[in-house]
Amino acid sequence: MTLSVDIEARFGDFQLTTAFQSGGGLTALFGPSGSGKTSVMELVGGVRRPLKGRITLDDRVLVDTTRGIFLAPHRRRIGWVFQEGRLFPHLTGRQNLLYGQWFTPRRERHENFERVVDLLGLAHLLDRRPSGFSGGERSRVGIGRALLTSPRLLLMDEPLAALDDVRKSEILPYIERLRDQMGVEILYVTHSIAEVVRLAGRVVLLSGGKVTASGPTQEVLASLDLAASLGEGEAGAVLDAHVEAHDPVYGLSQLRARAGSIHIGALDLPVGTHVHLRVRARDVLIATERPNSVSALNVFSGRILKLAPNGAASVDLAVDCSGDILLASVTRRSAHELGLEPGRPVYAIVKSVSFDRLGVGTAPNGG
Amino acid sequence: MDFSLSPEEWTAVELSLRVATVASLASLLPGIAVAYLLARGRFPGLSILNGLVHLPLVMPPVVTGYLLLMGFGRRGLFGAFLSDYFGIVFSFRWTGAALASAIMAFPLMVRAIRLSVEAVDRRLEAAAGTLGAPPFAVFLTVTLPLIAPGILAGLILAFAKAMGEFGATITFVSNIPGETQTLPSAIYALLQVPGGEWPAFRLVLVSIALSMAALVASEWMAHRVNIRMGN
Repeated sequence: MTLSVDIEARFGDFQLTTAFQSGGGLTALFGPSGSGKTSVMELVGGVRRPLKGRITLDDRVLVDTTRGIFLAPHRRRIGWVFQEGRLFPHLTGRQNLLYGQWFTPRRERHENFERVVDLLGLAHLLDRRPSGFSGGERSRVGIGRALLTSPRLLLMDEPLAALDDVRKSEILPYIERLRDQMGVEILYVTHSIAEVVRLAGRVVLLSGGKVTASGPTQEVLASLDLAASLGEGEAGAVLDAHVEAHDPVYGLSQLRARAGSIHIGALDLPVGTHVHLRVRARDVLIATERPNSVSALNVFSGRILKLAPNGAASVDLAVDCSGDILLASVTRRSAHELGLEPGRPVYAIVKSVSFDRLGVGTAPNGG
Repeated sequence: MDFSLSPEEWTAVELSLRVATVASLASLLPGIAVAYLLARGRFPGLSILNGLVHLPLVMPPVVTGYLLLMGFGRRGLFGAFLSDYFGIVFSFRWTGAALASAIMAFPLMVRAIRLSVEAVDRRLEAAAGTLGAPPFAVFLTVTLPLIAPGILAGLILAFAKAMGEFGATITFVSNIPGETQTLPSAIYALLQVPGGEWPAFRLVLVSIALSMAALVASEWMAHRVNIRMGN
């Protein structure tokens, strides 16, 4: 399944010019609020009309202004998952889940009820009404309800934004299973970089109604040019790693990436699991000699690829550590005093406690 | 002290119940349609429709009765047409009493339903649309169940109002025992004759009992609906 969007739209004063393609799996639409993420989603879902352009889902044309095609929302076979769940209060969990099936042509119903209930852990909610559900349970039923319409594309509009961190980490594995086991194409709106890193194979960065970058998540996020546009502290690299060992004595897990071994607070994942890991630029220290007595457990040797100023006082660095690109944010003064320049060998140091735990997830297939 | 009702008085009770039941049930579908239109509609003439619906609430009932007599009497504009082509006669029949009470009760029913339509979370309807439901199916499966408590309240209000309707009814269809003499008309008639106070008091008791029963029934049904909605 490939979603292809190339549109121009105007809502009041807001001008949106967007072109991107999804590439199977989960594609994240990422950007600050007001960047047009939700508008893109509404255009794809058919709630809004573009001035001109084309939206296609594989060979199916949803919108084509030159040919005067505009498919009504309920004809698009696109599933929506809303932030607030939007469950029907007068129906039980089971009736909510089955609602869309009444309107799905029989030959198109390929999602199996038991499978979805099992995947999302909904068995205990089937005979109850939504007023008694927790926030996380609402989200899951909302996801299951959209899934059971056997959609060609699933739109998820900040499905976790209304949940606290505990609930988020409860839902994230379900979304990962959805992505990996159901094989449904997902367009995922978020303003959380941690969710992008954890879930998305591809990412589309939006800013002020324009696409500033799109492509495989790791590539897009490792690009230094984007560090400034992501906002202070949000820039960071994404490392591909697998779980190598667990150290129960010190409560640590050891991961293996190309850059070297990484120690991180204990993860509840089996050895061998493939993970994505985000290292924020502001959490990386740079040294020109190998440090001996530091508390930080993770020291990677590498070579500076590129420097880019970020604001008046700081400089962003891209460091190539045996093929893994780490981003580091240092002051201009340090860069000057240490003589940091492209090609120079350096050591990148990361404290184990500074890894973004919410951003550690099993790696997506796609991308 | 004789508490038993005479056959004529029983007839009046039975007639009142029939008139109120027919009046409230017959105005249910138009009531829902008009309430929905007033709550959601965007068309010129909306305020005129709103005014027309509410007119019986503010006009003297006798004026409504007079207009009904002109419009639906045997030689009235609609009355002649309906009796010639469909054999439906309103004037001086119990059906006329039902029509008069329905018109008088209609604004109350519409107000109750309209409030509940306005309270519906439209994002739920949009969600139903994204699940593939065409607009009319959204109305039947989402909007209608969500406004059910309002419909119920409107129905009970209309029933109670129809039970007590007097002015428009007596003006339009008069006070014929066995045909158009409802409870209020019967009480009024009894008070016009010497010695009628006691029989009138018995009917007043019956009237109070029926009103109480309607109230209790509406509370019970509202409770049932709330349980069903999981509140």
